[in-house]
Amino acid sequence: MALVLTEEQSMLRDSARGLISDKAPVSHLRQLRDSKDATGFSRELWKEFAEMGFAGLLVPEQFGGSALGCVEAGVVMEEIGRTLMPSPFLATGVLAASALTRGGSAAQKAEYLPKISKGSLLAALAVDEGAKHRPLKTAMQATRAGNGFKLKGAKALVVDGHTADLLVVAARSGGSPGEAKGITLFLVDPKARGVATERTIMVDAHNAARIEFDNVEVDADHVLGEVDQGGALLENLLNIGRGAVASEMVGLSDEVFNRTVTYLKERKQFGKLIGEFQALQHRAAELYIDIEISRAATLKALQALDADIEKAGPAVAVAKAKAGSTATRAVQEGVQMHGGMGMTDQFDIGFFMKRARVCEELFGDANFHADQLARSRSY
Amino acid sequence: MSDLEQFRKETRAWLEANCPPEMRKPATSDADVFWGGRNTKFSSEAQRVWFERMRDKGWTVPDWPKEYGGGGLDGAEHKVLREEMGRIGARPPLSSFGIWMLGPALLKFGNEAQKKEHLPKIAAGLIRWCQGYSEPNAGSDLASLQTRAESDGDDFVITGQKIWTSYANYADWIFCLVRTDPAAKKHDGISFILFDMASKGVSTKPILLISGYSPFCETFFDGVRVPKSHVVGTVNRGWDVAKYLLQHERAMISGSGERGIGRPLGQVAADSVGSDEAGKLDDAVLRGKIATFDIDEAAFAAVAERMVDLVKAGQSHPAFSSAMKYYGTELNKRRHEILMSAGGIDALEWESERSRAGARPRAWLRTKANSIEGGTSEVMLGIVAKRILDLPGA
Repeated sequence: MALVLTEEQSMLRDSARGLISDKAPVSHLRQLRDSKDATGFSRELWKEFAEMGFAGLLVPEQFGGSALGCVEAGVVMEEIGRTLMPSPFLATGVLAASALTRGGSAAQKAEYLPKISKGSLLAALAVDEGAKHRPLKTAMQATRAGNGFKLKGAKALVVDGHTADLLVVAARSGGSPGEAKGITLFLVDPKARGVATERTIMVDAHNAARIEFDNVEVDADHVLGEVDQGGALLENLLNIGRGAVASEMVGLSDEVFNRTVTYLKERKQFGKLIGEFQALQHRAAELYIDIEISRAATLKALQALDADIEKAGPAVAVAKAKAGSTATRAVQEGVQMHGGMGMTDQFDIGFFMKRARVCEELFGDANFHADQLARSRSY
Repeated sequence: MSDLEQFRKETRAWLEANCPPEMRKPATSDADVFWGGRNTKFSSEAQRVWFERMRDKGWTVPDWPKEYGGGGLDGAEHKVLREEMGRIGARPPLSSFGIWMLGPALLKFGNEAQKKEHLPKIAAGLIRWCQGYSEPNAGSDLASLQTRAESDGDDFVITGQKIWTSYANYADWIFCLVRTDPAAKKHDGISFILFDMASKGVSTKPILLISGYSPFCETFFDGVRVPKSHVVGTVNRGWDVAKYLLQHERAMISGSGERGIGRPLGQVAADSVGSDEAGKLDDAVLRGKIATFDIDEAAFAAVAERMVDLVKAGQSHPAFSSAMKYYGTELNKRRHEILMSAGGIDALEWESERSRAGARPRAWLRTKANSIEGGTSEVMLGIVAKRILDLPGA
């Protein structure tokens, strides 16, 4: 497959860009932050997303979706990255939609997927427990009880956890931390007894929660997929999420870079445009190259996910690691090259730096993915 | 089955049947690479068989038109062939500056007689070419070159000196930049001309490099007489040809690493460094460096693939080959720094049979030229800054 967007994918990009740049420029995020908005994103805008078919982009047609693939989801994520728009798209439209489509029973699909497509159900994936992303180390207990399970433990960095109507939770029903076997995914009602959700205000003014589960009862028919066999499904979901976040970071990097290059062509010091200085030119050129490489690696990963998700792991690790280290550099250079202005809250560049830090951590940082690649190559 | 799937199936079967096992691994030394030419020898029977079979299909130059000895493949078919060759690790049957550099320039700028004369001989490996670009005082500032070509009837008479002429001592012909109008501005008085290295007045002198090898020469021209019909393109417009060719040269150099073939670098390192009981490299810091390198290398392979597709889709930027050249060469240098570090003491031997005559340190030293030849890394970044980012005064 050619490593370029098809005509249809380019059209999708244009329509996503039109909507997002019009309705949710960076000032939209700033306004939500400054007003300490309780939701943290615009529900109205999410409705519009749903009407344009973005909410159900990955949902099969029979459940009201568009049945598109990871490449298309990445196209939308890249545009989200350009304006840092806080949106349920990642947690609900990408992760939960994929979880239910790939792991759900007929009844689960029929119950939840149409609502996701319509934009009337919000969901969140709860995986991380410690300070670093280590999905295999999932320790949260799922103990058999009556007709189902009791969940006990705590989750962190649950994206959109504070607004979710449905939680997809990874817990350990068998095996021991470090093993893939023994992980089970559960669909949990956040209003169930024993669930305590704390919205965590994050550095990037996006939305996440810490959630505690104190012997939360879950029926057996709320298991997603097979008991003890959730590790493979979880890994696939995380890989989809990693591809999506890599796309967001490519969009973010590209935008912060464009703003920086524009500044290099406007700002004068020593009687010259600062963009005339070779010290800055070469750094800008290196960054441009890294962004193009990240874009290619990310598209490669998204295509691999759509072609055969079971084999996509190494390509996804490459994309997430490369896009992450590139985004980190792009925002650092963005602040540095904007000088004192880059340090001010009034200027948008800082928002990009903060979001890049969260994206880098989300679903594994560059070190995690370099290690994954090394393992896949047996060294 | 689509035509392309059919083509893949047939290509795979043909390669399986025709590529000798010895040709399914990377060349281990320069002597193991087949360069063609008047005085060439095959280093093995497998090399000869592989070359001749590929030549007969036109697959030494798969995407050149059939009338010039090529395979006539379109972009999609060529990609399939590359993928299928990569799948079994098949090495290129013929390495040649004629293929990588001169051919594309002749196809674009050459007249019909020049194409008919030279392209089939390149495709068939009959003539080995060298490149007369750099001069002692024209390196990064290539356009300041001073080799003169003075008009004398139907001929030019060429006098001057080139340097860093790769394999000039083995080459049959040279494509050469000469100054045909000394009064014009520096970019405007240059012509691109072809001539036989056996011509009277041509001499070469190999340069001993830090690797102990002499892949480059000084090349001297003392009144070399060349027919004016050997100018490619228009007289005094040679810079256009030179730049176009440089794009291909940079693409070639950016791809010169051993990407994605052979064993993973981390496993090669483990041969000397060792592994722990979990199979992890016994040097955590080196393992991290290699893993980061592998990320960058795999990501670069993706952009290399994408560049080909962008060209096909008409969406590529002509200066992007400079970006590729910069990154690819820096990567290759990193690879060899890692290999040296991993090899430790064993990688320091220079002459023993045990070390294959110091193959590893010599290769390491050779890579240091990657970011100099064909335009330095600094020149590449300058081109990206100026032509792609449109930064001022670059």
